[in-house]
Amino acid sequence: MATPESGVKPTTVVDSRGTMCPGPITDLFRAYRNANIGDIIELWATDPAAKSDSEAWAKRSGNEIVAVIDEKDHIRIQVRILKKGRQ
Amino acid sequence: MSEKRNKLVIICSKGSLDMAYPPLMLATTGAAMGMEVHLYFTFWGVNMITKKTVDSLKISPVGNPALPMPNILGMLPGMTSMLTSMMQKKMDKIKMPSIPEMIKTAKESGVKFHACSPTLDMMGLKREDLIPEVDDIIGAATYLDLASEDAITLFI
Repeated sequence: MATPESGVKPTTVVDSRGTMCPGPITDLFRAYRNANIGDIIELWATDPAAKSDSEAWAKRSGNEIVAVIDEKDHIRIQVRILKKGRQ
Repeated sequence: MSEKRNKLVIICSKGSLDMAYPPLMLATTGAAMGMEVHLYFTFWGVNMITKKTVDSLKISPVGNPALPMPNILGMLPGMTSMLTSMMQKKMDKIKMPSIPEMIKTAKESGVKFHACSPTLDMMGLKREDLIPEVDDIIGAATYLDLASEDAITLFI
């Protein structure tokens, strides 16, 4: 089970630190295209919009945010791939 | 989810650097969210997809009340390029991709690029003057057809 502190073990880590909207979502989408159902993508971001944008993206694309972990200078957002739609 | 609109259709009508970013950012994000996205380039928006101008879009200091200078100063020679390079530096600092890079990313994400046929005629442009990312040349009827069903439409 994921905990807010640690999260789960990711399949892929995507480092979008330093990019601003739409960088993190674009990077997340790139990883999503190469992912398989059940994979956990972990997005690292410094953009303050990354959390809400990832949540909106997950809601829209039918995927799930497993954990959002605050690190000192960035956040880690873990997404479980449940659905692969139009790409 | 079914009641949400699944298409994003944006008319890009401006040819300045600051007006080129919003449609490309929304388009790329929309495509990432699984939406069908169309950009329709008309009037000065065609500068965004013309080989000659795509990587040299500028910011106009005139008629832009958001800029920290009186309009009359904006009319001085060199102001446009000065402001453009100022904005470029700010965008480089936050690692904002350039317009050609944004176009490439949008295209890779599945965004469709449409050029407006009467504008091309007016500006004396041909298909070969446009960047290869352009999918086709269409008119108002095709735009309206795209926009008339299940779509969010914006005019930028």
